[in-house]
Amino acid sequence: MTTMTCKKEDTTNCFVFEGKMALPNQYFVGRLGSKFIIALRDKKKIMGLKCPKCKKTFVPPREYCHFCQTKIDENWVELGNEGVLVNYAVVRYLGKHLPKKVPYILGQIKLKGADTPLTHIVEGVDIKDVRIGMKLKAVFAPKTTNTLLDLDHFEPV
Amino acid sequence: MKKQSAKPAKAHKKNRNVGIVGIGMTSLSSHKEDQNQPEMIHEAVRAALADAKMTLDDIDCIVHGNMELFEMQYQPDMWHVLGSGAYGKDEYRITTGGTVGATLVCAADNLVASGLYDTVLAIGFEKLQEGNTTGGITNMADPLWFRNIQTGALTGTTAAMMIDEFGAERAKKAAMKYRILMDKHAMLNERAHRRFGLEYDQAEDLMKTSPQLVGELRLIHMCSQSDGACAMIFTHEKKAKKVSKTPVWIRDHITVHREENMSNLYAFEKPEMTHHYAARKLFERNGIKDPVKYFDVFEMYDPSAWWGLDWSREFLQLKGDEHLRMLEDGEFDLDGKLPLNPSGGVIASNPIGATAMLRPAFAALQIRGDAGGCQIKKPVRHALASGFGGTLWTVLMMLEKDLDW
Repeated sequence: MTTMTCKKEDTTNCFVFEGKMALPNQYFVGRLGSKFIIALRDKKKIMGLKCPKCKKTFVPPREYCHFCQTKIDENWVELGNEGVLVNYAVVRYLGKHLPKKVPYILGQIKLKGADTPLTHIVEGVDIKDVRIGMKLKAVFAPKTTNTLLDLDHFEPV
Repeated sequence: MKKQSAKPAKAHKKNRNVGIVGIGMTSLSSHKEDQNQPEMIHEAVRAALADAKMTLDDIDCIVHGNMELFEMQYQPDMWHVLGSGAYGKDEYRITTGGTVGATLVCAADNLVASGLYDTVLAIGFEKLQEGNTTGGITNMADPLWFRNIQTGALTGTTAAMMIDEFGAERAKKAAMKYRILMDKHAMLNERAHRRFGLEYDQAEDLMKTSPQLVGELRLIHMCSQSDGACAMIFTHEKKAKKVSKTPVWIRDHITVHREENMSNLYAFEKPEMTHHYAARKLFERNGIKDPVKYFDVFEMYDPSAWWGLDWSREFLQLKGDEHLRMLEDGEFDLDGKLPLNPSGGVIASNPIGATAMLRPAFAALQIRGDAGGCQIKKPVRHALASGFGGTLWTVLMMLEKDLDW
């Protein structure tokens, strides 16, 4: 068996400048995003938008129905804080941007009353025991960050 | 699978045929601390000009691109003029994420075909070592809905779905066979970045020992982070025939994309994948009934072994386990029915802004017979090349040896 080859350039008398950038920035979340996060933050409620024509409820909320393009931005419905795990993956690599210590579970949760799953973190279950079909409930963050992480994670009912 | 119903443009109405007459690339490696960005680009530009037997005086327009902000520098095309040769010429910067290299080729083709310019130089590059790739990709996600709850370029979904469809044993074995095949191809390609010398009898071991990233996506399955640049020169039929003995013709290309994250709703109804849709439309409008039979080589943008294998079914319009059987029977090997990524693919070398340009570049070298150690032995007349980026952004193009379609 041959060994690994990785071409190395001649870097005699060359040096690398090490930089680091951290820049403040803003993001206007819009009327729908604001309403969703405010409901999460202040009322511990998960809200969706329902298309009256297609009878589909979308979460996260969207301005127009994906199927028929009807404007649905006023048609808010309250979803349950409980749902079923419909898909998941175990995150194991250590990325600096990740919100939790690895390994952790990233799941797709179909909430009561929703027709689309919400992607979020699943805790309180060993990664060996996580199963599609598990019943989960939302756990809200004690401190607000005005992000989707105001819903801290889901855990088994 | 629900078929996409959008009505796309018909076949490109080309004003004139366009040929690839120059191909240049740097070595592809994990570090290039001996060259800055303009110097690296200039190496590829010089190589492409030498290949086309042209000078910068022959170039009317330059298209330049890479991943936006991956090296934490804005508008690199400004200071890259030092290396790109764009001083005093028209230049366009294009950045479409992972597909950028392929989009540069499409743009160059359109610019020449339209008659706006006679000869166009396209440059794709990346120095991933200088930036933070997963950080960059994470920043691409919607800040409100997805930035906190996604995993950058790494996803375990395809592995989970393939295990679900074909069973763990067969799926895992196939993904590892795909990975080792790509390494075997890379070993033949002197330009490839990662060349491990893997053997098929290591598969069992690697399936257990390679670190897991997300789900069954393991480190060994994943593409590299590379530094490198690729440059290509395009000109119209009359000039191409004059300057080159072996011009490679661009027959047609298609671009399709969809925001996949917000399409979470598809969790309950699998949509037609952009790859499948792009291939279906491209083949339909060019009268290709059996792509496996028609094409002599396929250079696919395969960011991981799981994706590469799964996407082969989509692109080649295969059904059920046909793609697994093709792999298992050696049909994707260099001497198989349809050699897949003789270059070693993206898994072996991935300077992102150049990656999707390297696909048509390596495919064109195959058509010319200039692919070196990884040259396919039988004649290569028809080539397929794909680009991938963002959340399932697909570019697919057809290259031809002869102007006979």
